[in-house]
Amino acid sequence: MSLTAADVAEIMRLLEQSSFDELTLEMEGIKLSLRRGAAAAERSESVLVPAASAGPAPASAPATSAKAAAPDPNVQDVVAPLLGTFYRSPKPGAPPFVEVGATVAEDTVVAIIEVMKLMNTVRAGVRGTVVEILPADGALVEYGEPLLRVRKPG
Amino acid sequence: MAIRRILIANRGEIAARIIRTCRKLGIETVLATSTADRDSVPARLANRVVCIGPARPSESYLKVETIVHAALGTKSDAIHPGYGFLSERAALARLCENEGVVFIGPTAAQIEAVGDKLRARSEAEAAGVPVVPGGAVESSDEALTLARSIGAPLLVKAVGGGGGRGMKLVQRVEDLPAAIELASAEAGAAFGDARVYLERFVTSGRHVEVQVLGDGAGRVIHLGERDCSVQRRYQKLIEETPAPDLSDVLRSSLHAAAVRFAQRLSYRGAGTVEFLVDRPRGMFYFLEMNARIQVEHPVTEAVTGVDLVAEQIAIAEGAGLRLAQPDIHCRGNAIECRVNAEDPYNDFRPSPGLVSAASWPAGEGIRVDTHIASGSRIPPFYDSLMAKIIAHADDRPTALARLQKAIEATRLTGVTTNLPFHASVLSDPEFRAGGVDTAFLARVELVTHG
Repeated sequence: MSLTAADVAEIMRLLEQSSFDELTLEMEGIKLSLRRGAAAAERSESVLVPAASAGPAPASAPATSAKAAAPDPNVQDVVAPLLGTFYRSPKPGAPPFVEVGATVAEDTVVAIIEVMKLMNTVRAGVRGTVVEILPADGALVEYGEPLLRVRKPG
Repeated sequence: MAIRRILIANRGEIAARIIRTCRKLGIETVLATSTADRDSVPARLANRVVCIGPARPSESYLKVETIVHAALGTKSDAIHPGYGFLSERAALARLCENEGVVFIGPTAAQIEAVGDKLRARSEAEAAGVPVVPGGAVESSDEALTLARSIGAPLLVKAVGGGGGRGMKLVQRVEDLPAAIELASAEAGAAFGDARVYLERFVTSGRHVEVQVLGDGAGRVIHLGERDCSVQRRYQKLIEETPAPDLSDVLRSSLHAAAVRFAQRLSYRGAGTVEFLVDRPRGMFYFLEMNARIQVEHPVTEAVTGVDLVAEQIAIAEGAGLRLAQPDIHCRGNAIECRVNAEDPYNDFRPSPGLVSAASWPAGEGIRVDTHIASGSRIPPFYDSLMAKIIAHADDRPTALARLQKAIEATRLTGVTTNLPFHASVLSDPEFRAGGVDTAFLARVELVTHG
């Protein structure tokens, strides 16, 4: 059992330089899953999950308010790339970037997340139709929290 | 201002420790976690959890703006930074000051004052606190004069060096000119800076630190000292209070020096002043001040009965010091072992993974600060501290016996831990006698593995 923080950092660096988008490494009781941020600004790296043979699973339920992913495989969540305040429109009083029913492409700006007065645009990262907008305008959203649900065509 | 809700910008055992005191005080807690810690024990204990980013600390626990935004967004009155991560980043304290969020710790200016080694050294000198004798030298003659006043053995250090690089040990003053010439040439080649300075070399030193509390307006009290000499590559493994085998004069001089240093800064909150005790000379020198709660604070709590986190919060609220020096009484001895997920037989390599079963000791005088339960994960992104086991008793032999029993009773499966290492140190005759120096552990390791 030997995988240090430095090892993981090195593995992440190798993945970043490679042409692969995902890497799964299983060894002696740990499983390391790395996924390159293909969708939007999602760069959710490496969460350690117990391998099947490594004993009981953690007892607790997910502690955050993140809602379960939509069961429909054609519906994809657009998640918050960082923690901050969620805004649906570019400025107060302006029309929202998108409404339910709008058609979006990968690079369509769908929201703003403000962190200490710094505005970060959120792009859809997926092509399709907006079926749901989850947080209220001005709500605090966590990293990885679903913001929009988009139905992919076909 | 009464603090009703605290955002905890940390993880692991210290997050759980802070939550415990908040619950006792009726203060709500919001835990800022990375994705790797969402299912941790502290996340279950907190009133609310907000995910601030991915596992990598640089993208979560070290993001100053995100932490302050999370505090504002959750309507938290204050931020407790714990230790490590952002606890000694002036930028966090300053942003809190600007945004009207209470930072549970010193001011940004105080963090800066103690964070800069040269500045801290000059503050110590100004406060009449001894520092390691030494200084910069320009010529051989100057060096010889200084060396005679310091006394051999000496270290020649490169101004641009660090971490042991660019150092030369000189046993006899007459060898000094040649050593300086060599060190200067090497420093010029290696660091682009040929300047060197001299420092007294302490052949046998102990790491003794003093816990202080300051109200931010010049009033400072101390809560005794801690001996942290059992170290491996500057990492503390066993700490205890009181420091064994110190003369009363030396002990009270250490306390007074720590108070003088903190008073000079009008220090606010809990802090620790670290000293190197020169065993052969019976002297001590200022090393640095840590402007935060320390990992090893529970031994002080055990003998004084003071909840240091509660005092941190009271000071941050503006209540000042609720205790005066005569209120502080140290009763008995307390010793702490840091239980780490690392392999003592394989160069202390970290051993992250899943803790399939965890059973912690209990009993008279035993305290365990931990965030690990059966099924907990130890992510590879952070330090490997699993728990601190603290034993307290009226005397040192009884505290030692309790700690040994507690270590034996601890059951951890799934990851490799340093428990066997602790068992062997606690039974070592030199450690049991008390007052070991910082080279002790290397000697024990040589015997064990050599």
